[in-house]
Amino acid sequence: MSILGTRVVRTEDPLFLTRGATYTDDLVDDRLTGALHVTFVRSQVAHGRLLSVDTSAAREAPGVVAVYTAEDCADLAPIPAGLPMVPPAMQRPWLAQGKVRFVGDIVAVVLTEERYQGEDAAELVSVDIDPLPAVVTTADAAAGEVLLFEDAGTNVMATFGEPAPADFFSGCEVVVEQRMVNQRVAPVPLETRAAAAAWGDDGRVTIWCTNQGAQQAKGEIAGWLGMDPARVHLITPDVGGGFGAKIGADPEYAFTAWLAQRAGRPVRWTENRSENLVGMLHGRGQDQTVRIGGRRDGTIEAYSIAVDQDGGAYPRVGIILPTLTMLMAAATYAFPKVHAHGRALATNTTSIGAYRGAGRPEATAAVERAIDLFAAEIGMDPAEVRRKNLVPSFSEPHTTPSGATYDSGEYTAALEKALEAAGYDELRAEQARRRERGEARQLGIGLSTYVEITGADTGLGSAESAELEVHADGTATVLTGTSPHGQGHATAWAMLASDQTGIPVEKITVLHGDTDRIPRGGGTMGSRSLQQGGAAVHQAAVELVALAKQRAAERLEVDAADLELDLAGAGLAVRGTPGAGVTLAELAADEPLLVQTRFEAAAPTFPFGAHVAVVEVDVESGKAELQRLVAVDDAGTIVNPLLAEGQRHGGYAQGVAQALLEEVLYDADGNPQTSTLADYPFVSATELPSFELVDMATPTPINPLGAKGIGEAGTIGSTPAVHNAVIDAVAHLGVRHIDMPTTPMKVWRAIQQAQQGGSNA
Amino acid sequence: MIPGAFEYVRPGTVEEAVAALVEHGDDAKLIAGGHSLLPLMKLRLAMPAVLVDISRIPDLSYVRVEGDEVAIGAGTRHFELEKDDVARAEVPILPYAASQVGDPQVRHRGTLGGTVAHSDPASDLPTALLALGGSVVVQGPGGRRSIPMTEFWLGFYETALAEDEVVVEVRVPRTGSAGWAYEKFTRRANDWPIVAVAAVEGRVALANMAGAVVRATATEEALARGASIAEAAGLADEGTSPSSDMHADPEYRRHLARLLTRRALEKASGAGAAAA
Ligand SMILES: Cc1cc2nc3c(=O)[nH]c(=O)nc-3n(C[C@H](O)[C@H](O)[C@H](O)COP(=O)(O)OP(=O)(O)OC[C@H]3O[C@@H](n4cnc5c(N)ncnc54)[C@H](O)[C@@H]3O)c2cc1C
Repeated sequence: MSILGTRVVRTEDPLFLTRGATYTDDLVDDRLTGALHVTFVRSQVAHGRLLSVDTSAAREAPGVVAVYTAEDCADLAPIPAGLPMVPPAMQRPWLAQGKVRFVGDIVAVVLTEERYQGEDAAELVSVDIDPLPAVVTTADAAAGEVLLFEDAGTNVMATFGEPAPADFFSGCEVVVEQRMVNQRVAPVPLETRAAAAAWGDDGRVTIWCTNQGAQQAKGEIAGWLGMDPARVHLITPDVGGGFGAKIGADPEYAFTAWLAQRAGRPVRWTENRSENLVGMLHGRGQDQTVRIGGRRDGTIEAYSIAVDQDGGAYPRVGIILPTLTMLMAAATYAFPKVHAHGRALATNTTSIGAYRGAGRPEATAAVERAIDLFAAEIGMDPAEVRRKNLVPSFSEPHTTPSGATYDSGEYTAALEKALEAAGYDELRAEQARRRERGEARQLGIGLSTYVEITGADTGLGSAESAELEVHADGTATVLTGTSPHGQGHATAWAMLASDQTGIPVEKITVLHGDTDRIPRGGGTMGSRSLQQGGAAVHQAAVELVALAKQRAAERLEVDAADLELDLAGAGLAVRGTPGAGVTLAELAADEPLLVQTRFEAAAPTFPFGAHVAVVEVDVESGKAELQRLVAVDDAGTIVNPLLAEGQRHGGYAQGVAQALLEEVLYDADGNPQTSTLADYPFVSATELPSFELVDMATPTPINPLGAKGIGEAGTIGSTPAVHNAVIDAVAHLGVRHIDMPTTPMKVWRAIQQAQQGGSNA
Repeated sequence: MIPGAFEYVRPGTVEEAVAALVEHGDDAKLIAGGHSLLPLMKLRLAMPAVLVDISRIPDLSYVRVEGDEVAIGAGTRHFELEKDDVARAEVPILPYAASQVGDPQVRHRGTLGGTVAHSDPASDLPTALLALGGSVVVQGPGGRRSIPMTEFWLGFYETALAEDEVVVEVRVPRTGSAGWAYEKFTRRANDWPIVAVAAVEGRVALANMAGAVVRATATEEALARGASIAEAAGLADEGTSPSSDMHADPEYRRHLARLLTRRALEKASGAGAAAA
């Protein structure tokens, strides 16, 4: 029986749970002996003219070796936006020049012997800023009265498409429109950002940093510093979570290389949590307008979405999120007409990047709310409206009006499974009883169906490299271009190699994140790793066995066709001659037994599913509590159910958190209100029920594993289900819509307004 | 998130602690569990030059019955109070309120004296103590004095405690099986209250409805003259001055105060001690 599909316990955990992982800040390395500590002095003002930065007092402080300001890095060209659609004037200077554009913008850098000295000295840097009005919302940005980049002449960072034609909904019996907020959230990886850099005598720099893709980060850093990439060696040690925010290099990482050269000593930097909450990329941040139109019998005829993406102060990957939202606008539905357009706008806030799902959760949240709004408008059960409009089962590629080509889908089956597992009819009956009795705790039932895109080519290609080497002692090493940071690649990749070679999982070491050893790699993001990196490991193992067969044939002087794989013995056996054969280890003793391969995915894959959330809302206080989350997530063939369930659980937690709790807030002057974990309502286990997982697996033809991505699906499906459930719980009181997060105050106020006969939306 | 530099002294007795406060005056700060002070220091919102660590002074952690009162040592950790059998039998609202503070780490570090002295308007135990009544016993250079609970909390981070005084004990009346309730409203289980209400024997105290924890006087007066729970609870926010933050604006806080007071009074009158 194949090891694939079994619940192999994570091989990385004994170390992580005992000695602990080695994160960048934990590194003990000769090359970092005597490292100086980097402290960034950040703007406390969101928007203003930077009049002066006086470092004289800081220079005199104990332990201070150097203090640099923008003048000192005149040799550094500004960091390009890296995205062709962004006006060139919107690039980011290494240190704020002339202006500061968000609370957290870097105005000076302090190098000290000890870390604590850096915080002391940073307080002595006196920064004189003449405040300007802050652009905090996308509406402010669109108004364009205050510009972040005067030279650009606009706050628009990118525009995608045109508004829908005026007659787009003509002929529809019912048209519902809603503006909604897909709020800005903070990714909050447990490991905050950290980096270290040391120059060697050979003129090369080694950079260690916590990141989701060493190779991409290396390329960016070399480019920003104007260096030959061959002179950069980048290592990502153990990484404690990323959720998208550790995709690509951060300026701070590149800075460590420059600082180490300038100071002539290695340097290291680790940010604290408050710095992380303002300095690291945020996620989501879309203002959406949806319109949905159709007939009173429940048939939807047209759907449109307009996206205003908050880009933050400087363009990062967040500004392309509207394109993913637009691509997935048609979702699981057979809407005949779909229109989507968007733009990204500069605001005086932290830059937006990718966050678990990156553009797809925003698409799903919008359409799933739209379906519920339409259902409420025509007085039909939301499950029924979905049934009527889902794309019927398909196994041949299906192209949507928003331009995506789905590989395979069983959306109705997923929905029916979820409804059945949840006991939908009984839930509706219980809801009716509570409404009848006017109880304080009302029941809300929320649905979502979703399809998302994983392994998408976002410009870095859809290929992944793998190297597999068997050693003479019977162990093996896998080198992968993916970049695990919690997912369990060491376990899954070892399973894939073991499945083909018979080498036991515990004898296989999986290495990643070292650009000298693994020059090519796409990292871990966009739920790509198994379907591309895992497929590459599988392919490497297949190729290695083929190579071994040739060698064994020569060594045993038999025809290769007479050899068969002996999985139990991790070797090759001569068919029909018991005892005759050779192990892979023996072959490796003769000459290195190693293959390097590259798997090229023909296309992305489209995992799908359906979620049912049950919440209780205390209608007197407005507080919503999640009682149940029933989830069908179809990610094709599952290599290790334990790992897949872990990804689903984590995804649900973050998805639920967006619906109920989390939001990064700024005041009107652009001051962050959520820059500690006392203020940012990070979800914890106490707010979450035990999740009810329903299995469904429709293999994809796109890769030999049949696997689709599972890293982000949980987030994508759960947010709208929970959001819809909260609103459903108070719908009988006249509430039509409440923006996320559905805080007690917002829910209570929506009820008050509805009761007073006003519209709450 | 690294505090500014400070000196550190660890007195062995309350007298020595008082002496250290006298010696260093303004520059000194007591530290007990550190779970209010250290976060402020890490954010550099507090930068005391001298920390006087009283957490290892012996015999400051106890719960005992003394006549009609229960005396609780200032060094008692929230967790110890939560689990204490005497407290559970004699003043059950206190161990229950202690169990609602933060998360297990906080409850194992934070002390009663610390939360009382800190005077955060959102703190759980002071709210329950204010509803109980009784007194805070403090010790200064001139010896001990007792401050009535109703006169102790003056405002945000402001108490009747003098700069050179240490809270050594809290004394509350034994309430035994009298009805009580503590209603804490949060978004997450381990959060500070957005609003909380403590009710015991017709006395009602509110968390986070003013600069300090306060009594709902109008509600208490209404109850005293025989008003219904609904009517009395409707007055709970009278005279309060709730603040605005991302969780609640004043209007919503006032609503919560009235709602939670109604629920607390219903619980206290109905189920009595069973509410625990
Ligand atoms: C994550 C987190 C969550 C929390 N959640 C809650 C919550 O939900 N509800 C709640 O009520 N509290 C909460 N707290 C606060 C917690 O209860 C603190 O432990 C308590 O407020 C302070 O007690 P301490 O012993 O830690 O005091 P310290 O931090 O040591 O001191 C606090 C202040 O009191 C002074 N002080 C300390 N002891 C004495 C004394 N004996 N005499 C005079 N002055 C003294 C100090 O000088 C200082 O000014 C939370 C704290 C944290 C870190």
